[in-house]
Amino acid sequence: MNPAWQNLRADFPILNQQVNGQALVYLDNAATSQKPQCVIDALVNYYQRDNANVHRGIHTLSMRATFAYEAARERSAKFLNATEPGEIVFTAGTTDSINLVANAWGDKNLKAGDIILLTEMEHHSNMVPWQLLAQRTGAKLRYLPVVAGDTGLLDLTQLAQVLTPEVKIFAFTHVSNTLGVINPAAALCAAAKKVGAISVIDAAQSAGHMPIDVRAMDCDFLAVSGHKMCGPTGVGLLYGRKALLEAMPPYRGGGSMISNVEYFESKWAPAPQKFEAGTPNIADVIALARAMDYLDDLGREAIAQHDEKLAALAYARLASEIPGIRMLGPAHHRSGVISFDLPGVHAHDVVTMADQEGVALRGGHHCNQPLMRKLGLSSTSRASFYLYNTEAEIERLVATLQKIQKFFAG
Amino acid sequence: MQDLTDLYQSVILDHNRRPRNYSVLPSANRVGSGNNPMCGDQITVYVQLDGDRISNVSFQGSGCAISKASASLMTVNLKGKTIAEAEAIYANLHQMVTTGKVVEDDMSDLAALAGVHQFPARIKCATLGWHAALNAAKGDAQPATTEKPSD
Repeated sequence: MNPAWQNLRADFPILNQQVNGQALVYLDNAATSQKPQCVIDALVNYYQRDNANVHRGIHTLSMRATFAYEAARERSAKFLNATEPGEIVFTAGTTDSINLVANAWGDKNLKAGDIILLTEMEHHSNMVPWQLLAQRTGAKLRYLPVVAGDTGLLDLTQLAQVLTPEVKIFAFTHVSNTLGVINPAAALCAAAKKVGAISVIDAAQSAGHMPIDVRAMDCDFLAVSGHKMCGPTGVGLLYGRKALLEAMPPYRGGGSMISNVEYFESKWAPAPQKFEAGTPNIADVIALARAMDYLDDLGREAIAQHDEKLAALAYARLASEIPGIRMLGPAHHRSGVISFDLPGVHAHDVVTMADQEGVALRGGHHCNQPLMRKLGLSSTSRASFYLYNTEAEIERLVATLQKIQKFFAG
Repeated sequence: MQDLTDLYQSVILDHNRRPRNYSVLPSANRVGSGNNPMCGDQITVYVQLDGDRISNVSFQGSGCAISKASASLMTVNLKGKTIAEAEAIYANLHQMVTTGKVVEDDMSDLAALAGVHQFPARIKCATLGWHAALNAAKGDAQPATTEKPSD
């Protein structure tokens, strides 16, 4: 066994606490992951030793900060198997990355009558920026449906019908935050390319959970959040194919993104600096790179297997041990996200009661109201697993849900 | 689950299971809606207003046990009250669910909601139906939302 996996929970100090008198069972990883001590240390070390502004300074600290910041870009390129560091733009997270593409690429390239293709399982972050783009340009939105029933899989038989030559952008999530579905990203990107559309992948739920290879997927853009992959909040990145980034106008104006400024006009710096106006989120970028090291020490293939094993076990146990429970999402080949509906008990009541047992779940529409409506639900409860979760914690989940069911049956 | 019996008192569980006045009200001349965009809860309240008196009130919608039970209790407690009386009852309820203090001795079954104050994330669930009802009665065309600063 990879020694990095031994005693791994000790790497996450936050897990070692009691909530409402019970040992914490943290199963809200699709919302945000916890941070290992090495990532916390990276933040502290930066502020204690290296803090200075990047790119403009000549003094030692500034050079140190600049070096670490640009090393993080190289690290990120390697993490995603990008061709070069220049294809990595640091952002505030997935939402920010998608807004960047929608504004900088979308405003320049879309016109009335064009189609933006999304899927019915998109998180609001991969839906609303495109709605705004459609409003600005007169382009129209179209959706690749999810099959009827509770598996939540994309209906790929309809792909050819919706992915027509008017489609200029095909944006889809790699892994569904609601149902745990893993989409066939490479096949979808290839299909987009065939009709001349760019592909935009929301990798918020996948980047920290499985190997990501942007060249193998052959995507045009890919958006990542740091905080869902053991990194800090408020930082993420956008992978963009170099030629596309170079042809895009800037998204925000300010310092660092220019090569020459006159009083009435300016010249832009080349990508990726063109998209990083102002002082960047230096400390969090550096700590994010440390999170990438941590994940790769464990091995993302091994993390994916761990997630899937726990999800399959939880799915099977809940389905068989909680009478009447409605399980959502596929039974197999899924990420570590389990969504379910406990009949007669609203998701918020499930979450409040589970919290009393020290079990952190999420209940609600998971930022996907349209999909919830399609499933005929206003909300579901969700347990989402990550590398530090254990089979014993699934035991606690099952016991807690049984207790909740009993309580409400009165 | 000791604290839970504070939150989910038997009155709450009962009103959740068998919500009172849970229907469309044909005689309604005011309709109010409320939604909690954070969780997707939605409620529609039907009010028959005669002069300034709430002669009848009913509701429908989807929501958690707290929001459903509180809306059910709202219909029972506001039926027959004037708008001013309804506002006074709501003011007491609001204070109770935010501070736990039972202001009036005659809060009767509404006192079952006192435990909500220990669960700050759930306070908005307890006030949603009341907002929708008072907005409807006062003729406020805006749907009630838990994201108003005035909850």
